Order: sequence, then C-alpha cells, then structure tokens
Amino acid sequence: MELLFTLLEWLCLLLGSIFLIIGGIGIHRFPDLFTRFHAASITDTLGAGFILLGLMIAAGMTLVTVKLLMILIFIFITSPSSTHALAKAAIHGGLKPKLDDQKDNQEKPS
Amino acid sequence: MNHHIVLRVVAKLLIPSILLFALYTQFHGDYGPGGGFQAGVIYTAAFILHTLVFGLENTKKIISPTLVQVLSAVGVILYASVGFASIFLGGNFLEYGALIPSALPHAANPGGQHLGILLVELGVGITVSSVILSIFYNFAAEDDSDIEADGIPNEKGKHE
Repeated sequence: MELLFTLLEWLCLLLGSIFLIIGGIGIHRFPDLFTRFHAASITDTLGAGFILLGLMIAAGMTLVTVKLLMILIFIFITSPSSTHALAKAAIHGGLKPKLDDQKDNQEKPS
Repeated sequence: MNHHIVLRVVAKLLIPSILLFALYTQFHGDYGPGGGFQAGVIYTAAFILHTLVFGLENTKKIISPTLVQVLSAVGVILYASVGFASIFLGGNFLEYGALIPSALPHAANPGGQHLGILLVELGVGITVSSVILSIFYNFAAEDDSDIEADGIPNEKGKHE
C-alpha cells in the first residue's frame, strides 16, 4: 500500500513536470502571442495541478493537504483569468491573431 | 468597465479570500511563516486588484486617502505605545513580558510575550498596508487632471 502511494505520487510529479516542459517548449516554439498563451495557460494549469496532486498524495491526510487543495483551487481560478485579461489587452491594443488565411488577416476579429 | 465581466466576477471571488489570507498571515505569524509586513502587503494587494478591475474612484470610495494616512499613523502609534506600556509596567522598551503581570521573569512570561508580539505585528501590518496603499494611490493618480504635481495643467486627463 505504501509502495502504491509512493508510485502514484511520483507518477503525478513526473506527469506534471512533463506538462510544464511541454508548456515551456510551446511558449518557445509557437508563432504568435495568442498561441503562446494557449501553451502557457493550459499546460501550466495542468502541470501545476499534477504536481500539487503528487504533493497532496505525499503529504497524506494532514493540514498541508488542505492548504495544497486551496492553492490548487486558486490556481485553477486565477491562471485562466489572467490569461484572459492578457489576451483581451492584446486584442484591445490592436494585435491580431496570426491566421492561416491571408484574407482573414485584414478583417477585424469581432 | 462593463465589458470586463470575467475579470469582475473573478475579482469579486478573489478579493475576500485575499483579505482572509492576509489576516491569516497576520495572526498566524507568531507560530508559522508570516507576520505584519507580509500580511500588510497581501492586504494591500486585494485593494490594488480592486483598483485594477473596478477603477480608482471606486476604490477611493471604499478606503479614502485620508483614512489611509490616518491608519499609517495609527499603526506606528500602536507599535510605540506597546513599547511605552512595557516601560510604564516596569520593563524595558518593548519588553513584552512586563505587559501581563506574572511571577515569572519578564523574558519567560508566555502570556505577555504573545500579547506583545501580536500587538506589535498588528501595528506593523496596519502601517505597511496603508503606506503601500498610499504610495499606490499617488502613483495611480498621476494621470488625473485634479492632481498637478508640477503645476502644469494636464491636457490628457480630460478624456475618459
């Protein structure tokens, strides 16, 4: 039983780290700001979620787990909304998403 | 500000939690990580978030610049008065053990130590919070037409 929990904990930590690395690669490689938001926000939420889940399994039924759970809830609320605010500011500032179609580049995103 | 509906909802959700977490940091500072300075900064972060989402005028309605200035003095007075209270009760300046009468020597009086550090950290928290908020108000009001730092009327302040 102990071994199972340890394995599960390390699986979660490893999975979270992999998601964070994928997010980092995405921020580096994607072509424009909005796709980079996509890479950063989604993998960041998932990566941080898995790492916190692994830490919760490691901590067991203690007060630390409750605190980690609250951190998880706040990350799930704040991370997408900060990305939303940034993307909205970028749109408001006149930055247009890079589109595949050449025609669509001239039109305003509604 | 009517179109920022996501930000308004999230901010309404977050501001009470930030304030509660600041109070936790404040009063749990005796036993864990935290204390007056950190709690004051977190407390002010809630008001800064409110300003960013709802605008400076609405935040000034909640906590006015005058109140901020008064509070920044109140914290220092609280800190200093704990120090002088321990002098008048027979200890040194800020010797908390003298605050509550006890048969033990001052350094080993747990009740007095707890009360003293609690009040002093509360003073630090109030002062730090209100000073940071007042600095933020001064920076945020820079573009307003009613504030003229250099005496030149601000043309840009008219547009809304």
